[in-house]
Amino acid sequence: MGRSGKFLKIFAVTYLIFLYAPALLLPIFSFNSSQIIAFPLSGFTTGWFKALLYQETLHEALKNSLIVAASSSVFATILGTLASRSSSRYNFPGKQFSLTFILAPLVLPEIIVGVSLLIVLIQLGLPLNLWSVVLGHTLLIMPFSILIMNSAFNNLDISLEEASLDLGETPIGTFRRVILPLVYPGIMASLLLGFTLSLDEFIIAFFLTGTETTLPVYIWSLFRFPKQLPTTMALGTILILVSLILLSLSEYFRRRAAKTQTSVL
Amino acid sequence: MGKLVQVENVFKSFGDVNAVNGVSLGIEEGQFYSLLGPSGCGKTTLLRLIAGFEKPTSGQVFIDNSSMEGIEPNLRPTNMVFQNYAIFPHLNVEENVAYGLRNKRENRTKQNKLVDEALELVGLSGLNKRSANALSGGQKQRVALARALILKPKVLLLDEPLSALDKKLREQMQSELRHLQRAVGITFILVTHDQYEALTMSDRVAVMFDGKVAQEASPRDLYELPTSQKVASFIGEMTFIDGEIIGENKNLKVKSEIFGQITIDKSRVFGQSSKRIVLGIRPEKIAIVPKTSGSKNLVSGKIIDVSYFGETTNYKVSCGTIETLTISSQNSVGQLSYSVGEEIQLKADLDNIIAFSA
Repeated sequence: MGRSGKFLKIFAVTYLIFLYAPALLLPIFSFNSSQIIAFPLSGFTTGWFKALLYQETLHEALKNSLIVAASSSVFATILGTLASRSSSRYNFPGKQFSLTFILAPLVLPEIIVGVSLLIVLIQLGLPLNLWSVVLGHTLLIMPFSILIMNSAFNNLDISLEEASLDLGETPIGTFRRVILPLVYPGIMASLLLGFTLSLDEFIIAFFLTGTETTLPVYIWSLFRFPKQLPTTMALGTILILVSLILLSLSEYFRRRAAKTQTSVL
Repeated sequence: MGKLVQVENVFKSFGDVNAVNGVSLGIEEGQFYSLLGPSGCGKTTLLRLIAGFEKPTSGQVFIDNSSMEGIEPNLRPTNMVFQNYAIFPHLNVEENVAYGLRNKRENRTKQNKLVDEALELVGLSGLNKRSANALSGGQKQRVALARALILKPKVLLLDEPLSALDKKLREQMQSELRHLQRAVGITFILVTHDQYEALTMSDRVAVMFDGKVAQEASPRDLYELPTSQKVASFIGEMTFIDGEIIGENKNLKVKSEIFGQITIDKSRVFGQSSKRIVLGIRPEKIAIVPKTSGSKNLVSGKIIDVSYFGETTNYKVSCGTIETLTISSQNSVGQLSYSVGEEIQLKADLDNIIAFSA
């Protein structure tokens, strides 16, 4: 390894510190006994975590977030699966065009998506509630779902489907007995990633939520009360942990999807 | 009619490309039938048209006297062994083999019995629970066969099933497939680009070029009596020599280099009649004879290249204005060997010459 190798190593380590150090502050302060978020630390406590147990609005927000995350990841995964299935197997006019537009939310600023959805919903006279957030999140997650499912379907050998039809199975039976089991890891990866994305999402939820807030919106509202800050830190710590677990699971499934299918050939 | 598989004037085009360009074939029940041709000749497309994975642009396929038009692959009396075997990776051997039985409403005990029988037929007894990913290429091939044969199809379609195997295993599977076909009595249609595979395994062979059938015949006729130069040079080797017709009654009188003046039976003359003619002879129908031999009709030549194949040796010989004449010589007891540059004498088996009108 030469000088440039050493330089790259230092660069990589610095980069990782820069990326993750702020997130590390969260768990540190969530166990600090002082209400003021500053060094030096004053003492160890699990009190902030205990306090979480008694905040009913928090529980309500958590429940809302779970409903939104679960529904939008399921909707996005169903739609994404259908979209990538059709794009990987069939050719139809306007295919590339419509795919580009479905993937657009990946690059559109969320605030634009949030504001425009809000305008549309208001113009249509639809009420703002959890389902409008689900709508926004589904739109946001679908591109990720499509990208994951695209790779799952592209790795799927078409002759497996033909073999199933050839052996007398109907197209629906083929989907159930061959296609679904083989893209199942991709579906799991899409569900988990979608769930995580929705759980953490703030901007769209902020615009589209009515009286029922989601967890990130609730946390944001807490910042008006400095006393609540350590509790927020505790909550943030838990959220980071949950996200990490979900993302690792998602990555595990995504890799398994890639592995089971390449080892066939 | 009357034949099990009847392909009637079938065309199939993909965009501007005519993959199958007007093919008519009849395949009899119980035959081992091969579709032979170079890659891109449309043989696989034709097989997929019979299986129902492709729909003809025009023309029809009949199986057992019923039209297959609009019949989906899952409802056709055909089963297929795919080129890459297409073994379901998430199922074990037993589940793969029993895959098609699910829709046949057989009870469990009957199903298990059928699976065991099918595995025994292909020589995989006892591997019921083996995972699909733990199978070797040859074993996958056998599972694919068992999975198709268990459904007792009227026609078994095989898409280059041996091309992924190494030479030794390929030869073993060739003879096993042949035996299997005789044992079960099912009509096999094999797609292959390997002419020796087609010749050794089949009852009949259709040679395809550019989406058309160039010749359909038994393996022996295909080799001994190819009806065109293209078929003759695709199947084995043949040396072509220009000739001139000098007379015609019930035989053809031809004058040419090397062979001199000869008569050829009309049954060995192919193509539209014309003055110019091309004579063809297979490498093993020419022998190199010792200089001292007293036989007549000898031609002298000079060896320009030698390829040694073990059981045979191939010589390239230049001979008058003929630049290369290929001769194949069996390396049996007492056979002399020759080296490059050596002057030799040739004797051709004149009864085995065929003629193509140019």
